[in-house]
Parts: sequence; structure tokens; C-alpha cells
Amino acid sequence: MELDPVLLARLQFAFTISFHIIFPSFTIGLSAYIATLEVLWGATGAERYKRLAAFWTKIFAVSFGMGVVSGIVLSYQLGTNWSRFSAVAGNVIGPLAGYEVLTAFFLEATFLGILLFGGSRVPRWLHVFSAIAVAVGTTISAFWILAANSWMHTPAGHEMRGGIAYATDWLAIIFNPSFIYRFAHMLNAAFLTTGFVVLAVGARHLLANRHAEEARTMMRMALGLTAVLAPLQLFLGDQHGLNTLEHQPIKVAAMEAHWDGSKPGDFHVFAWPDEKGERNWFEISIPRGSSLILTHDPNGLFPGLKSVPPQERPPIVPVFFAFRIMLGIGFFMIAAALYGAWLMWRGTLERTRWYLYVVANTWWVGFVAVIAGWIVTETGRQPWIVHGILRTADAVSPVPGGSIATTLALFVLVYGVVFSLGIYYINRLIAKGPEDREAPGGLGHRPLAAGHRQKAVPT
Amino acid sequence: MAWDLPLIWAGIIGIAVAMYVILDGFDLGVGILFPFARSERERDQMLTSIAPFWDGNETWLVLGGGGLLAAFPRAYAAIMPALYLPVIAMLLALVFRGITFEFRTVARHKARWDIVFAAGSTLAGFCQGVILGGLIQGIKVENGEFAGGAFDWATPFAALCGLGVVAGYALLGATWMVMKTEGDIALQARAQAKAALLAVLAFMAVVSLWTPLAFPRIFERWFSLPNFLWLWPVPIVTALVAFAAWKWLDHRADGRPFLAAVVLFLLGYLGLVISTFPYLVPPTLTIWDTAAAPDSQLFMLIGTLVLLPIILGYTGFIYWLFRGKLREGEGYH
Repeated sequence: MELDPVLLARLQFAFTISFHIIFPSFTIGLSAYIATLEVLWGATGAERYKRLAAFWTKIFAVSFGMGVVSGIVLSYQLGTNWSRFSAVAGNVIGPLAGYEVLTAFFLEATFLGILLFGGSRVPRWLHVFSAIAVAVGTTISAFWILAANSWMHTPAGHEMRGGIAYATDWLAIIFNPSFIYRFAHMLNAAFLTTGFVVLAVGARHLLANRHAEEARTMMRMALGLTAVLAPLQLFLGDQHGLNTLEHQPIKVAAMEAHWDGSKPGDFHVFAWPDEKGERNWFEISIPRGSSLILTHDPNGLFPGLKSVPPQERPPIVPVFFAFRIMLGIGFFMIAAALYGAWLMWRGTLERTRWYLYVVANTWWVGFVAVIAGWIVTETGRQPWIVHGILRTADAVSPVPGGSIATTLALFVLVYGVVFSLGIYYINRLIAKGPEDREAPGGLGHRPLAAGHRQKAVPT
Repeated sequence: MAWDLPLIWAGIIGIAVAMYVILDGFDLGVGILFPFARSERERDQMLTSIAPFWDGNETWLVLGGGGLLAAFPRAYAAIMPALYLPVIAMLLALVFRGITFEFRTVARHKARWDIVFAAGSTLAGFCQGVILGGLIQGIKVENGEFAGGAFDWATPFAALCGLGVVAGYALLGATWMVMKTEGDIALQARAQAKAALLAVLAFMAVVSLWTPLAFPRIFERWFSLPNFLWLWPVPIVTALVAFAAWKWLDHRADGRPFLAAVVLFLLGYLGLVISTFPYLVPPTLTIWDTAAAPDSQLFMLIGTLVLLPIILGYTGFIYWLFRGKLREGEGYH
């Protein structure tokens, strides 16, 4: 069997980065939530905020750890599997990655240590500050990563010499044409993802008639957040789509499975794109829907897939379906958030058991939407690794297919085990719930009974 | 631009790698010593002594790799594929080591996590040594790209370096425990540190003899004149520091053994730098051959000069915050 190094390298990167993105999608929002809870506790003195902060911090710790170890894998994988990309784009991508480490990673890692383990050594204000520092760190991290990733989609501020990219304008590199749209969309997605997890946990506890006060608080806060952010995400996504049409029209064509640019585009709710036949089968469409969304004119025209040869097109099936999954979840989120907010306003939230049941069991929707969205944007960028500059196939490391197949298998195995256990442990923490009002103050899991001071050396 | 940017960056990356080796060295070292703990309570203490620091410590590894990409992308692009399997193995080992801190806390059966932690820490250290050995041995480069085989790095010398690093981290871990713990666990740590010290000295001696004999360029670097006149004190000072460490482990000093271990590490590191400078991809590519464009190096340098002191500041702060011995009742969260 011929092992194609390019395909294997792509699979490995896709797998490891999809795994990784789950964690920042959760920790960006959750760290902000914990910081908010800590500040609210400081400001109001209300015990429920303290209990909620402690509860979510334990869950955060498990999640953040998985994010860290899976993230370091990516920073080295750019070299191990994509060395030609590193050589070509290193002058641009390198400093952006470097700044991410210097401005975000050290900040998050250090202050998380204080947040988790400070205990009695740390005054209250420093504890709160640490929570805020971690939240700020995760957002700064998103900034740099999205800047670097966006440059790969809409490169700017550079010049090519001898096949190598050289930076000429750092502001243009960082604030490249697609950056602000992608950063806003991803950041909002992170908060939405966390919002739906918090909502689900609140609903779960209400259904079980446990920790009612904390559960109510969680649902109230989560609904307040998601009712605003879910509709906002539709707007941000639309703006992002319009920007993508301008700079990466073939990606949009793939998202819509729009073959013929000489006619207006229907919005296909479902279709099966036939890449060889250059047509779609089984279309269920809204006539002129895509034209309306993309050009604000039902008769508007936009480029079709047939306007470029097949080797310039991305894989259409994954991009097309991932887009629909993300959209579908997005609409679900808007509906769930607005309906829940309305129930809350009416005072009937706790009685509407079917609603609680639905949201308790859809904690995962944000994660699926985030991964789907990333598939749309990254797979949609193919065949380019840096749009218009370097093709993915020309970017891989000189490593034999056998080595990559081995490491891919190991990653799937290790991540499968780690992720399953992580979910299992987080679930256990959630089921346990926030500390009860009557229980003694938390000493942590296992008090270290060091006993009396002993001599450290023989005398 | 009158400054030698590649030289400045080589210095910064060098410092980042040294920071990593010392900081993550002691917490990987604690993991390496995990199998020798005699009770769950002792293992809890060992973990508690490093838990607040491990993530920040490991971040220096990300800075080392990311910094290499930023400042010397052609070196990064040559080295990573060349050492593909040991790098990936190291990353997977670090995954297991990293998740143990939180998973073990929530788990009902801690024993399996004890094994995972020890194995992850030991494998990570071993792989780092293999990577080091693989680098020293040299990387086959053609047209600025890696052109060798998947197992070029797999030699007895690399394995030796792997074991040497494991011993070195064990030394750092043991002396860290001498500093942070009390009672029986601290006593045992002193004994472990002495054993590790002997092992480290043995490995240093073997590597110091092997590399000049096996690699003419290294022989040339150390033993030609006038180099030798400058360099002969290095092994002498190393022996003296080792001797001091041994004495301190026998007496009351709590913090000095760790300090001596750190100095010993830095001396070994210095020796390696002396052997390889200015080759970043031995034996052919220098720091100047592989440097990023001056504009990129400068852009990163300006921020780094501002941010690095800040990072060192709050890093120093957290070590100060958790200074002294482990306190009663201190555990997780």
C-alpha cells in the first residue's frame, strides 16, 4: 500500500488541531466566566458566586490541561510535518507565534498556577486578579493565532522573493483583510460554546432538583449571554462570509456547491455535490437564496466552481456539509437562547421541563459548530496552505509516509484515551455539582497532613 | 543595522532552552523519581511541590520551539523532520505527564495515574536527550533541507544522551525535593540526589570523552590552541561544583544542593554550546545560514526585550509566593 505523505500529514494535522480547538473554545469563555464570578463575589459577597467559581475552576483545570498539552503538539508539528511551510512562511508566521507565547501563554500558565494552588498563601485580590489574567491571556492567545491563521487565508504586508515570504508591513500582516472577521467570529463562538455548556449544567441540576440556587444563577447568566451572542454570531458570520467572497470566492462557491457563476445561486438546504460530474444531485433548495445572502440581490451573480480548473478547487463535500452543520447549530442556538430567555422573563423556565431537558442534552452543540466551521475555512482554503502563495502539497516535510502513519495512529490512540477520560472526569465533577451551602469550607481534595516539622537531615 | 541579530537571537534562544531544561527539568525529575516514593501521601507531596509551576515551566519549551521558528526558521525546518520520531514521542509523553496533574486529582484509582506520570516524565526526558544527541551527531542537509533517513538519530550515542538527561533531571528533581519537603521524604531525596549526581557525572564524563573522539570538529574546538587555554577550566569547575553538591547533600543545607545542580546543568550546557557554536544544524548550517529575515528578527526582538523581563518578573513572583517548605493542608485547588 502506497502511503501518501501529503494526505497523512494533512490527516494528522486536521486530527490534532480539531482535538485541540475544543479546549480553547471552552476555556476562553469559561475563564471569562470564572473571572466574572470572582468579581461578582467580591462585589456582592453572595456565597453562590463563590461556590460557582470554585465549581467551575475545577472543571476549567481539567480542560485547560488538555488544551495545553495538545497545543504544544501543534507548535512543533509545524516543523515536524510542515517544514517547507515553515521555511516559506516562517518570517511572517514565526514572530506571530512567538508573540503568542510571550504575551499569552506565560501569562495564562503562571497565573493559573496561582489561581488553582494559591489557597491561603494568596490574598483575595490576587486570586481575583489571577482569574482575570488567565481570561485575558486566553483572549490574547486567540488574537495572535487568528492573526497568523488569517494571514494564511488573506496574505498581506509581505513580498515574495525566491519563493520565501518576507515581511514588509507588520500592521498589514496582523490586521490582514480577513483577520477582524475571523477573530470576532471565533471569539464569539468561544463564548457561545461555553454559554451552552453552563446552560446545560444549570438545566441538568434543576432537572435533578439539586443545587437549585446555583443552577438558577447559571441559567440566568448563560441565557443572558447567549440570547445576545447567538443572534450576533449570525451577523458576524454573514459579514465573515461576505469578506470571504471578496478574497476567497472559490471557498464560498464550495460552501454553496455553486457550480455555474453565470446564473444566480440557489441556497441548497441539502444536495450531494458530484465533484467529477461538476453538478449536484438531490438538491433541496431555496431559489436564489445564496445570491440573496451573498450579494443582497436575488439575481446577483458570484463566481462558481467551474470558473477554475479542478486542481484549484477545494474538496467540496466536506466544506459543503460542514457549513450546513454549523449553520444548523447556529439557528438552533438562536432559537434555544431566545426561547429560554423568554421563558425566564415569563418566570416559567423551571416549570418547562422539556426545555430544560433539551438544553441539558445539547451542551455539545458549540463544540460541533466550532469544528464544523474550522473545517469549512481550512478545508475550503485548499489546495492552498497559504492562499495564492504555497500549495499544501508543496509544504510537507521530507518525512516518509511510514513515519507519519505511525505517529498518526499514536495520536489517534493517545488523544482518544485522553479525551474520553477527560470527558469522564469532567462529567463526574459536573454531577457532583457545586459545594453545598452546609458543607465545610473546601480544603481541596486531599489535605496534606504533613504532621509536625521534622528534621530534614540526620545529625 | 550594526547589531548581529542572529547572534543576539542565538543568545535568547539559548537562554530560553536553558530556562526550560532547568525549570521543567526539576518537575520532570520529580516524575522520574515517582516510582521510588513509598506511599500515596509521599506521591501527593511530590505532586503538590511542582503543581503550581509545571505549566509555566513547560511554556519555555513552547518558547524554545516557537522562538526557533521565529528567529531561525530554516533551522527549525531542518531539525524537526530530522528528529521526527523522538520529537513526537516527547510530545506524547508530555501529554500524559501534563494531564496527570488534574486527572489524578479527580480519579478514584490513583495508582494507574502514578504509573502514567512516571512513565510520561521519564520518556519525555529520555526523548529530549535523544534529540540532543541527534543534534550533536549532525543532521544531513541538502539544499537547505533535511535529506536524511527516518532513523538517523537512532544510535548508541543518542541513547546515552537520553539516559544522561534522565539522570540529570532526576538530580534536579531530587534536589528540588530536598529544598521543598521535610522529614523522611526529604531524607530519601538526599540519597536519591547523591545517586543521581554520580550518574550525571559518569554520563558527563563519557559524553565529554566520546564527542571529541567521534567528531573531529568537536576535538578541534576543545583541544586546539588557543582554545584549550580558555576551556580547560570548564571540566575542573564542573568537578568542583559536583563535589560541593555532594558535601551539601550530607549536611543541613536545604537550598544549596538544588543551586549546585542548576550550576552543574549550566556547565554541561555550556560545554555543549562550546562544542557546537555557531552551528545550529550541525555540522553544516550556522546561525547566520538559518536566520530569519532581519526585519522579522528585529520585530520580534523589540517585543521580546520588553516582555521577557516582565515574564521573568511574574515567574519569580510565583516562585516567591510558593517559597519554602510545603505547608500542612496544602493540596489541590
